[in-house]
Order: sequence, then structure tokens, then C-alpha cells
Amino acid sequence: MLDTLLFAVFPYVAVALAVVVGFYRYFSDRFSYSSLSSQFLENRGLFWGSVSWHYGILAILLGHLIGFLIPRSVLAWNGVPWRLYVLEASALMFGILTLWGLVVLIIRRFSSARIRVVTSLMDIVLLVVLLVQVVAGVWTAIFYRWGSSWYAGFAVPYLWSIIKFSPDISLVNNLPFMVKLHIIGAYVIVGLIPFTRLVHLLSFPFTYFWRPYQVVIWNRRKETRG
Amino acid sequence: MDIRSQVSMVFHLDKCIGCHTCSVACKNIWTDRKGTEYMWWNNVETKPGTGFPTLWEDQEKYKGGWEKKGKDLRLKMHGSKTGGLANIFYNPNMPNLDDYYEPWTYDYKHLFTAPEGDDQPTARAISLITGKHMEIEAGPNWDDDLGGSPVYAANDPNLESLTENERLALNELERVVFFYLPRICNHCLNPGCVASCPAGAIYKRGEDGIVLVSQEKCRAWRMCITGCPYKKTYYNWGSGKSEKCILCYPRLESGEPPACFHACVGRIRYLGVLLYDADRIKEIASVPEDELVEAQRSILQDPFDPEIIALAKANGISDATLASARNSPVYKFVKKWKLALPLHPEFRTVPMLYYVPPLLPVLAAVKDGNYDVTEIADAGLAPMLSSLEKARVPLRFLASLFAAGNAEKVTAVYRKLIAVRIHMRASRVKDIPEAEQKEALAQGNLTVKEAEDIWRLTSMATFDERFVLPPLAREVAVEAKVDPSTHKREVGFGFKKAGERKW
Repeated sequence: MLDTLLFAVFPYVAVALAVVVGFYRYFSDRFSYSSLSSQFLENRGLFWGSVSWHYGILAILLGHLIGFLIPRSVLAWNGVPWRLYVLEASALMFGILTLWGLVVLIIRRFSSARIRVVTSLMDIVLLVVLLVQVVAGVWTAIFYRWGSSWYAGFAVPYLWSIIKFSPDISLVNNLPFMVKLHIIGAYVIVGLIPFTRLVHLLSFPFTYFWRPYQVVIWNRRKETRG
Repeated sequence: MDIRSQVSMVFHLDKCIGCHTCSVACKNIWTDRKGTEYMWWNNVETKPGTGFPTLWEDQEKYKGGWEKKGKDLRLKMHGSKTGGLANIFYNPNMPNLDDYYEPWTYDYKHLFTAPEGDDQPTARAISLITGKHMEIEAGPNWDDDLGGSPVYAANDPNLESLTENERLALNELERVVFFYLPRICNHCLNPGCVASCPAGAIYKRGEDGIVLVSQEKCRAWRMCITGCPYKKTYYNWGSGKSEKCILCYPRLESGEPPACFHACVGRIRYLGVLLYDADRIKEIASVPEDELVEAQRSILQDPFDPEIIALAKANGISDATLASARNSPVYKFVKKWKLALPLHPEFRTVPMLYYVPPLLPVLAAVKDGNYDVTEIADAGLAPMLSSLEKARVPLRFLASLFAAGNAEKVTAVYRKLIAVRIHMRASRVKDIPEAEQKEALAQGNLTVKEAEDIWRLTSMATFDERFVLPPLAREVAVEAKVDPSTHKREVGFGFKKAGERKW
């Protein structure tokens, strides 16, 4: 029963929250869409924390995405032990980079008086959830060395079943606790996106690549650029 | 040609007394909110000095503005746009709070609540950020009037252009000299802040050229703080948004000059419209350094030229704006008389705030340890015109500030300023021979009429002559989108919500 709630109902609740609240916040309080950078108040800790964290998590998420899109190729790759080790070792490396970055950021947030002033309750909630999630991920990588095969063999079909609106929880309810925690943690983070500063990942400025350097806005003319 | 109009400015440094009234007027209106305490959209610096934030002119440190790369211009902070976005998680060239100063107030309450004792209670400084007691280590005008010169004035980046002797001479007690440099946002034609903003939140208003940060689009990627070489975009640490001087556009739209202009005690500030050719911005921003001043003048167009007027009208510039362009004191100072120069044109942002450099007591000599001017007075006009090289503030210093190192441009300005001074003295006090007066005018390349016009606009100009505001016609802007009465019913006079951090 609990598994059904967590693995078959909660994913939809989380996504619905993310979409509905995300849109609501975007249209009713666009001013609040910000990464709320605190580099201005504290520089050095941010360098070690933010850079490690962001590049680590980007690599990890990219790995998850690749596994999600081509699970069979991942399984085939893992068919030979040394290749499994290479994959697991590099994933672990990025996982530890991410964890290191996150820990630095957490320490920075609580040790700097200036940063504490700009820390909201949701920032703390988010840091705790992220810490649990990253620890669960790294734990899986260390103690279950076939994690990537499990992901491709069980978690990915399960995720597809969610997407196809016929959740098949039998794929996941026998997985170890830490792995289950990692899956639930992912949904919690998705649900938290619109309530926290995570909204900044929805507004990554891709348009910068193709817009001209200068932006000019006219009252009466249609074009806004150039 | 794409003729556009720009509300632009001239600051006459000879008249600045360094009273900071402008800064205070601005602060009281715009930056007394949480997160903005440390911001000074308008500030006044002592030169030589390191300015605010400390060493802002040192672009090796802060990487602001543009640089030439082959034929192209690129932002100094980015190798490329991709390289710039790679730094989005940590901006390596961003000044942080300690490069400005930690804002504070005082624990006044303690004066009343302190227990009785033998000592007078004191009000200790409290940080406006953390709310804790703090030691004050810096302020927005920490090196005011050469305070702490060995640390501050001695580190002015512009001093690099001077010889060792010139540098020593600047510090010689009897010759010690300084002047003030008030700064606001330059509302550039090729702004570095706009170009560096990944979110596209910063924009130039087409009609009047005012550069603004959209508070709804800003996502705190904080590239603008680095991109602006003048360090005139500031990061609001409370709201997570960048903010900058808005040239008091709400005041301009209701026909009043910006608060800092209005409040200026020395009446050093002039505001008016310039017409420019937007097609040539990139071209004039890319010329070699010693041609920058002339190139930046050449983009400004003559508002009396019928051809320019026709092109401007075709571009939607109103008759009223054109009339104000013809009357613009800025046009006279910058283009007609060539007296006002841009601040650090080598940053290549094409700033639209110009400075008339300070004439100061031009010469001084130390004779037997005493400050001595008799020699100069006896020699008549000659040393005034011939020994500009020995001016108390070395020309190279001023050239480094206002002409990208091209001392010729600064010399030409000084010859004019001296000519005006001599001409007026000769015609009023009549203690200078006519020949010298003529010689001065010839060297300054000025006619009698021009010299008198310059004198008039410099020292006698009324409020309406100093501030020639174009009608910004906000009602027209509203009308373009919705019926004005509907608009007013729907949104009143602007934002109804306070910009607060709630999530």
C-alpha cells in the first residue's frame, strides 16, 4: 500500500505540483524567479562549492538521462566486467564531486554570518533533501556496484511505465532501501522545484547564444532587438 | 543612417565642490531599501584615488567593458558567449561586498539603555547585513579629499601613465592637488552590462536611451556587474536582482531633471538630448585607442542639419524632441565646442556622460620651499599657454581618464578653457593686454562669441538652460498598447506589488 502511494501516486503529485505551482509562480510573481546568488556576500566558499556541485550534478543528471533514453545500450556496455567498472567508477567520481560541492555549500551556508541572513526556510529544506538524495546515490554507487545495470534494467522501465500512465511498481518494490530512497528523493526534488530557488534551472539562459549583444526596447515599434 | 535620440549628460568638473549632495539625494530616493544600502548609483570620487568600488578602473582585475580582438569587439570578461556561460556558477571577476564596503548603522539604543557606570556609553557600529557589531573598515568615499593617500591615491590606476617624477610631484606637499569625479550610470550606446546579461534582462530604451534592468527578467546570473567597466550595476543581495541608476526616468517623464542633477549645489550638471547614428556604434567603438574620442564625437549628429532632421523624423523622433536637441547644452559642450570628454573611452562602451575636465589652479611652483606664483603672474599669459605640460594635475593623468591616453585631445580642451578665462578677465577686469587675449583665443581656436557663450553656459546658465528635457511622452507609450483610461484602471500608476522575496 505504502509502495503504491510512494511509487505510483506520488510521482504524479510531484509533477503536477511542479507544473501547476511553477506556472502559477511564473505568472503571478515573476519577480521571485531568481537563482538568488550569494556570491556577492561570500566568494571563496562559493567557488569550491558551487562549481563542484553544478558540474558534478550536470554530469550525473546527463548520465541518468542517457541511461533513461538508451537503457539497452547501457546493459550491453555493462555486459563486460571491466566496462561496468569504468562506468561505475566514473559515475562514483562525479557523485563524490557532487557530494563534496554540496557539503561545502552547506557548511558555507551555516558558517558565514552574511549567508545566514539570506537563508530562507525553503533553502534549508532543499539542502537537506539534496543531501539525502546525493548520499543515497553515492551509497548505491559504493555498496551496490551494479547500480547502473539496475537503473537500466529496473528503474528505467519503471519510469517509462509512469510516463505511460500504467505504473508498474513490481519493478522497484524489491530494490534495496537506499535505492528506493533515491527514487522517492527524486520525486520530492521535482515537487520542490517551484517552491524553492530551484526555479533557476527552468530559466537557464539559452537565448543568450543567439541573441545580439545589445537589447533595445521601443514603445511603439514591434522589434525589440538591435 | 539610423538616427536615434539619447538623453545625455555633461558634468563640469571645475564646478564640483565634492559635497556629495547628489549622492545623498539619490540614496534617499532610490537606495535606502534592504539589499541596496551599499549601492551608490551616484557617487563622488576624489582623484587621484581608487574610487568605488575600490580600483574599479583596473580592468585587469575586473574585466569590464570591451576589448578589440582582431577586427571584432568582444567582452573582456568572456572569451565567447559559451565561455561566459561556463562561468555562470561562479563569476571569477565579480567584485564582492568587501570591494565596496559593509554598510552599517549605529547602536543608538545603547545610548539610552546602557546601565549606569563611570563611562559615557557609546553607539557601536552595527552591520546592516548581519545586524551584528562590526569594525568599520571601508566606506563609499573612504579616500575622500585624499584621505589615506598612501594607500588609496597612490594606487590610482591612472597614475601608471605618469613618470616617476610626476608621481612624486603630485605628492609634494605644496603642490598637492586633487579634484572630484562624480559618477552615475553613463547610459552607454554600447553598454557592457546589456551585452553581458545572459537573461536579456537589461535593455536600452529606444526613445531616450536610458538603460534599465527588468526586475522581472533578472535571474541573478550577475554578469552585468562584471560587464560594466564603470561598476555601475549593483547586485541587490536581498532580492537577488541587479539594480542600477535609472536616470530618474519617473522624474524625467514628469518633466523634472533627475534628483542628482536637481540637487547639485555647484550646478555642474547639464542634461539634454543628443542625436546619434545607431548604425555606426560598433564601428566607432572599434577604432584604435588614440582615435576613440574623435570617433565617439563623430557619431553625434547635427540637429540643425535638415537632412538629419528628416531622417530623425522618419525614425519616429518627435518635433518636440528635435527642438530640445537643438537647444541641448550637452550638444554644445560635447560636439559644438568640443569641451566635454567621455570617461575612459577605452572601455569602448561609448558612454553618454561627458566631463569638462577641471582647470584647477593651472600652475604652481615652489621657490625656496614656499608656494610661489609671482613668477607666473609676472610672465603674463605665456606660461599659462606654454607650460600646460607642467600643470598641477599632469595632462597624462587627465588623458588617461578622459581620452584613452591621447593628451592632444585634453590639451585642446584646456587651451579653450584657458582662452575663455583669459578672454573674460581681459574684457571684465581689463588687466590683460589685448594681444594676449587674442593670442589665447587663437590658441583655443575660439571666436569671441563662442568664448562668451561658453562662459555664459558655464557660469550663468539658469535651471532651464542646464536641463533641456525632451518630452518623454509616457502617455503615448501607454496609448500604443491599450486605451489610457483602461490602462490606468487596470494597473494604476505602475507596480502594485512590492518587489519582495517570498518563496
